[in-house]
Formats: sequence, structure tokens, C-alpha cells
Amino acid sequence: MLILHCPYCGVDADETELAPGGEAHLKRFGPDSSDEDFEGYLFHRENPKGVHFERWRHANGCGKWFHAARCTTTMEVFGTYSAQLTEPPKEICDKISGKRPGWSWRIFG
Amino acid sequence: MSDVVAALQGAVYDGFAKVEAAGPRGMITVKGDLAASVLKNATTGVAGVDFPGQGEANCVGEKGICWMAPDEVLVLVPYAEVPDAVGRMEKVLAGTHHLIANVSDARALFFVSGLDAREVIAKLTPADVSPSAFRPGQFRRTRLAQVPAAFWMRDAETFEVICFRSVARYVFDLLKTAALPGSEVGYF
Ligand SMILES: [Zn+2]
Repeated sequence: MLILHCPYCGVDADETELAPGGEAHLKRFGPDSSDEDFEGYLFHRENPKGVHFERWRHANGCGKWFHAARCTTTMEVFGTYSAQLTEPPKEICDKISGKRPGWSWRIFG
Repeated sequence: MSDVVAALQGAVYDGFAKVEAAGPRGMITVKGDLAASVLKNATTGVAGVDFPGQGEANCVGEKGICWMAPDEVLVLVPYAEVPDAVGRMEKVLAGTHHLIANVSDARALFFVSGLDAREVIAKLTPADVSPSAFRPGQFRRTRLAQVPAAFWMRDAETFEVICFRSVARYVFDLLKTAALPGSEVGYF
């Protein structure tokens, strides 16, 4: 069972109180972008065995969106952080580096 | 004017805990900057209780304020006082960025009481309601089985549970089934 700490209301929410929102930190490419960028934005997703960054919504709770960093292999949660951030905060990256040296995910790591 | 009737008003089930459907209760959603003194003044002025901190509910009798989200509280008042309470809060908050919505008729309220009331709630929610984790004064938005709900404790043996009115029957039946004599778990 996945339990994520909601950074907005402070509740440790069980997976069944949350709604998954897919991959984190996607950059939107709209009508004026190249076909390649648009295709990447629409279809290309990370599917790592290990460190992953996701969006979640505290649906059966305060209703807010937030970000989570976790390991898809062990279900270990490295941390959760504000939905307003466009990249993972340094303290979470440092924590991951301590536990998964050499990790990388998209442009981060 | 027609008489106001709450969802399942008067329904009672006496199991190993008592489940009751409450009469109409005034519930007003207030959204805005919770740190602003004007919002605190507006809400505490009509509810007559201290402003709650994160995850808290300050309730006395039919009045209270529940912390719903970082930008939202639920103000409880007797049903008949809603128009007056809304008017007074609108006056205080005039000119500030805010939202006040009377949601009284969109909600249902239940009381679950008795020594083992905790067991009934614990069977239905993933939230930790053990005596060390959940006490009077705290407020939790969560789910009961398959629907969103929230609850707080009026005292050590009484939970007040709110849900959407459209699922009132479902929630009453859930609470009833969870309180069935013989189904005690005895965990707490
Ligand atoms: Zn939350």
C-alpha cells in the first residue's frame, strides 16, 4: 500500500484516498510547436524501474494536487512537494542521491 | 415556506454503537486567505469559536469551524441562522478575494455514538482513528467505503460525520452495517 504525505493538509493519505495524475514536470507543447515536440508531450512517458516523479491529487481529502518522488521497484517514497514547483526540490534530489547513487530521470539527477 | 427536512431525518440504528441521522444543520463553505485576519474575524464572528488550525475542528453545540483545506473552512451554524450568517460574513469580507457558499442542503450529517463508536468509523475509512491518532478537536476529510466524507469528534464517544446528501442512504447503511451487534472487532 502506497502512503503519501499531502504537503497541503498534512495528512498521510493512503493510496485509496488519492487520485493518480501521471508523470510529473511535463512541459506542454501547443499548436505552434514542432511535430516532434508535440508528439513527445502527448505520448512519450517515462516508465522507469526505480526513481520516478509523479503527480497525485488528494481527492478524498483536501482536494489539492501535489508532486511525489518514489521508487517504483520498492515503493519507497522519497518525498512529496508542492504542485507549484517545476522541478524536484534540492533536498529531495539529495535524499534520492543518498539512497540511489547515480540515479537519473529525464533532465534531473 | 415549506418545512425543511434533512436527508433521512430521524433515522436511528441501535447497534453496538448508535447511528443517528441528524436534523438540518447550517453548513457554509468559506474560501479565501485563511491567514487573513478579516477572514478569521468573519468566520469566528458567526460561529463563536476560535479559528481552527490545520486539520482541526472547533465545534460547540451546533456551531463550529472545520479546517477543510489550506484555502477553505466549513462554518457550522444552526440551520435557521444561515441567511444571517452569510450576510454578516459577506459584509466583513466585502472587497476581499473570497467565496461564501451555503451548502447546507447539499450535505447530510450523522452522529455515531457509544463506547465503540471508533470501531464503526475505523471499519469504513483508511484514516487512522486510533485514540492516540484521532481525538476531539481534530478533523479529517477522507472516504467512507466508496464515497467522500469527513468527520470530527464531539466528545470521546461521539463522531459527527458529513457526506454529500446524494449518498446519505449509502452512508447510513454503511454505518449501520459496521455497527451490527456481533461484528465488534475490539481493536481499540
Ligand atoms: Zn491534502
